[in-house]
Amino acid sequence: MAIGETIRNSQIWKSIFRHPMPLDRRNRIVVMLTNFFLHLHPVSIKKQGIALSFTWCMGGVTFFLFLVETVTGVLLMFYYRPTLEWAYNDILALRDVTSLGILRELHRWGAHAMVITTWLHMYRVFLTGSYKPPREFNWVIGVILLLLTLLLSFTGYLLPWDQLAIWAITVGSNMARATPFLGYEGPGQQLLTVGGIDMITDASDARFGLLGARFVGEETLNRFYVLHCIAIPLAVALLLAIHFWRVRKDGGISGPL
Amino acid sequence: MHSNGFFLKDVAGFLGGYYSCIAIMNGIAALILWRKKGQVGWALVWTALAIAMMVLASLALSASPGMVPALPASVRSLVNRLSGPMIYTLGTFALLAVLFVFRSFFVKPMVAWGILNAMLVLMGLSMADENFAAIVMKPDNVPIVGLVFLLAFFTWLATKQAVVNDDRIARGLPTVEKENDEKVLVWPDLVYTELICMVAVMAFLLVWAIFLPAPLEEPASSVKTPNPSKAPWYFLGLQEMLVYFDPWYAGVVLPSLVVFGLMAMPYLDFNKKGNGYYSIEERKFSYLTYQFGFFVLWITLIILGTFLRGPNWNFFGPFEYWTPYKVEVLNNVDLPQMFWVNLLDQPLPKAPAGASGLVQAGYVLLREAPGLLVMGAYLLLLPPLLAVTVFRGFFAKLGLVRYMVMANLMLLMLTLPIKMILRWTLNLKYIISIPEISLNF
Repeated sequence: MAIGETIRNSQIWKSIFRHPMPLDRRNRIVVMLTNFFLHLHPVSIKKQGIALSFTWCMGGVTFFLFLVETVTGVLLMFYYRPTLEWAYNDILALRDVTSLGILRELHRWGAHAMVITTWLHMYRVFLTGSYKPPREFNWVIGVILLLLTLLLSFTGYLLPWDQLAIWAITVGSNMARATPFLGYEGPGQQLLTVGGIDMITDASDARFGLLGARFVGEETLNRFYVLHCIAIPLAVALLLAIHFWRVRKDGGISGPL
Repeated sequence: MHSNGFFLKDVAGFLGGYYSCIAIMNGIAALILWRKKGQVGWALVWTALAIAMMVLASLALSASPGMVPALPASVRSLVNRLSGPMIYTLGTFALLAVLFVFRSFFVKPMVAWGILNAMLVLMGLSMADENFAAIVMKPDNVPIVGLVFLLAFFTWLATKQAVVNDDRIARGLPTVEKENDEKVLVWPDLVYTELICMVAVMAFLLVWAIFLPAPLEEPASSVKTPNPSKAPWYFLGLQEMLVYFDPWYAGVVLPSLVVFGLMAMPYLDFNKKGNGYYSIEERKFSYLTYQFGFFVLWITLIILGTFLRGPNWNFFGPFEYWTPYKVEVLNNVDLPQMFWVNLLDQPLPKAPAGASGLVQAGYVLLREAPGLLVMGAYLLLLPPLLAVTVFRGFFAKLGLVRYMVMANLMLLMLTLPIKMILRWTLNLKYIISIPEISLNF
């Protein structure tokens, strides 16, 4: 015990943790106020607000899965090259020869799990009426986060560049072709002509904007890679921050009034 | 395809472990009930079930045809023959309706436990079928199996609390959540729960990752189209809607409306009750609307699209081999055809050759008049009509703008089940079909 005591009395330890161990009531309060990672939480909370039967912990699990996806995703980025030449081979090597190739399994199953937990979190929030005032706007942010979660999963689906990947993305993105007015097979696009020249063609419609090409090809791989690894995660991180901040500002976790 | 020895050898180990798990589960349940006074009867029931499961496990491990527990071939072929999009969708709807109406019975722990056991055993018996196993065991389909059990569990958990709360409210007592409002410190009560949850989720994910390899098929080839070509599983509900609607509606407009409708929900639900606790009775309308949208129009369609749609997006029963040669008769007709040709015995109105654009447009409108009138009445006449009848209270509380948003969202949501029923009963293809501007509805 003496060595533990020495560490906890050292200048380094004390510069990191400004208070003694959270063993008594005072320090259990102080730890919540002084720790960056814990300051998201309130200091005290109603017992029903932390009952697992009430919360299902699904929002927390979704956030944790987002962190798992971020960590495994960054590690996979060190290995994977998003080009037609290498994409499939890199995934093949992850499966067959690479140490820690299991990172890909963790990443893929974590992604599926995250979609499910997002739905369950939303389901719980609905069933407890927690979207009602004053939490209306946080529900709206949650819906956007749901959409972004699906898009994260969808863009990631293409990256292994196997048959499963490109045809799932082809089927999914074919929908954009039928966007009213903005897809070249959509209703009303015939009306958008200038001097007899079609404005909406297969090289200028919504699907082209999504894929960067007329079909799922190298441009699409690059586009989805950037969306998957940078653009959408940044948007999600920002919205998560607002989502959590609003939980606190709107009165903490919901409960009977 | 008939079950053969190779398949049984592959699946036997899994099934043995599976039935053993059910046995252990029931053993633990029996032990817990045994130690509680007055539950001896149930403890004996679950003990008996656990023993039966051990027998099934050892039979499964034998891996020999005729020994591995399976559904009789006659039952399987009957299920295949009976199942179709209509029976499946209406059957699920009826099942959910029964569960809802008799919810205070189904949420009883012993009843729910019995249902869980029945689901698990049925799943195990089905897994002994080669065609069933081939679809369910596809790595990317495993999460959906998990989703089904998770949704069943959490719906039970929520409904149970809602039933208790509704009963307490009816007797003038505060809700369980209200009674439990003593304050506790977040450290240690919440942070430790979070830590345990994190460790549990990570452990679960690791086990999943170790035992189930992520799928990797042949390298991408833009010339070899797989049959069926499917979107990722969470979009298969939308892909299933393509059976009934064109992509512009099923793939673009409806999903946008789902997102918009979800966002609009808190601003349309003016009911102040049921905020912060589980309750059904206090908010029946919003509850049933959400459950209908989530379960009937989203989850069951995903399950249908994943497990029951095979090559050429044909419907296959759960134990049917996915042959690409299945032929389905498509004799769907458009509403103008039904109205002008079948009903009035006339040819479809068609502009004379060389007519100006305006005249042609006029003829198109005449041809599509039945559909346009029906849709016009549905979207423009129905909301005011509802406002003075069944939705009178809503209209008074919501005001004109919010009421119109709510009514139109509801009506657009209902276009899907209505179109499904029209397709099943009348073989209706399109209500409005204007190929001139790619507008089919």
